[in-house]
Amino acid sequence: MSLAHRIIPCLDTDGSRVVKGVHFEGLRDAGDPVELAARYNDEGADELVVLDIAAARDNRPTFLETIRRVAEQLSIPLSAGGGIRSLEDARSVVRAGADKVTLNTAAVERPELISELSHEFGAQAVVLAIDAKRENEFWHVRVRGGRIATDWNALDWAQRGVEMGAGEILLTSVDRDGTQSGFDIALTATISRGVCVPVIASGGAKLPKHFFEVFTEGAADAALAASIFHDQVQSIRALKSFLQSHGVEVRLPC
Amino acid sequence: MIATLIDYGAGNVTSVARALRRLGAEVRTTNQPEELTTATCLILPGVGHCAALLSSLDAHGLRHPLLTAISRGTPFLGICLGLQALYQSSAEAPTLSGLGLLHGRVDQLPQNVKLPHMGWNQLRLLRDCRLLAEISSDAYFYFAHSYAAPTDGPATAATCEHGREFTAILETERIFGVQFHPEKSGTAGAKLLDNFLRLAA
Repeated sequence: MSLAHRIIPCLDTDGSRVVKGVHFEGLRDAGDPVELAARYNDEGADELVVLDIAAARDNRPTFLETIRRVAEQLSIPLSAGGGIRSLEDARSVVRAGADKVTLNTAAVERPELISELSHEFGAQAVVLAIDAKRENEFWHVRVRGGRIATDWNALDWAQRGVEMGAGEILLTSVDRDGTQSGFDIALTATISRGVCVPVIASGGAKLPKHFFEVFTEGAADAALAASIFHDQVQSIRALKSFLQSHGVEVRLPC
Repeated sequence: MIATLIDYGAGNVTSVARALRRLGAEVRTTNQPEELTTATCLILPGVGHCAALLSSLDAHGLRHPLLTAISRGTPFLGICLGLQALYQSSAEAPTLSGLGLLHGRVDQLPQNVKLPHMGWNQLRLLRDCRLLAEISSDAYFYFAHSYAAPTDGPATAATCEHGREFTAILETERIFGVQFHPEKSGTAGAKLLDNFLRLAA
């Protein structure tokens, strides 16, 4: 009896449709978020993340409606984010049905936002999303979809975010994202062992062994992927069976 | 079956209401004292900070009618903080009084594990548990909390472990509580809510 490692599909949306593309280039339609959410809920996903990667101001009502329709389908937890810049933005996302709010760029620009959300909704509802890129022997934090470099060392920023009240870290390797060459194990282990909150690894997943590596060597508490699930390259059920047969604790769907 | 959901402003009221409606229950959400007194079955969902729950119950004048309803035998289910609120006090809100229906204090989980305890975990049954009727004994439920209730009281029916053992399900004749979120726990969670509705009917 112990806490299961979570498998989390991620729906990157333009507000209303799921889209995919490497580094925000050549976006193409990858499906209806509501249909995908229902499928993942039934296939044994442990949680779902829905992001508005366009995060355009005038697009908010559309994205909130998407959250509402996705939440209707789920009997598992839902995180939502993309373009959350204020407590009021976060409230509207929670009211629409999200259990957790993910913060990224706005938290780097104004770290107090993390505390404000944590105070209002509890630390368990605040996910700090960190996009990290390797530079020599360290990883540095990037913002605005991984395009803009910052001065933050990724581990320092993760620890600072937890101090401010984040209850979870969603850690994406900018180097691995979209490559399907496996998670960045060294990055994940560094952050996961350096903070006292759960860490979700993201970026680079393709094969079941990638998940096995990130849960063991990488010390991840959860792992996130998008296109391999959308394109049915990998089924959640088969992935979990593989992990269980290799001694990784997972929740097998009944 | 009409389930009255106490809406003190927590984020999970909507998901609990949705889960109950899927089971065919009629759901009323309220923060009005008189609706607690007349309810046939009460559910207190909770998520976030314990102080927010307790002070909001008092701000809306709900504490007394809630205790009265429970003492008269109205079936009650507390979810997450709604379970923790049943105890005398919580280390998360040391200056506030809990509902005091159960002895003991809610304390933080140990720091040698990652907190919050977030994700899917299994239960250890201490005795027969009506809420778990027809649910597999190895089922997983979704937890998201850093504080937890002691296990030494007679109401504790099932425990879970994260750093230490804590109360995951409590059951008396008419008072029920779950530390996890049945509304987010897939088919096992839906079955548990259905069991509660049947017990309350």
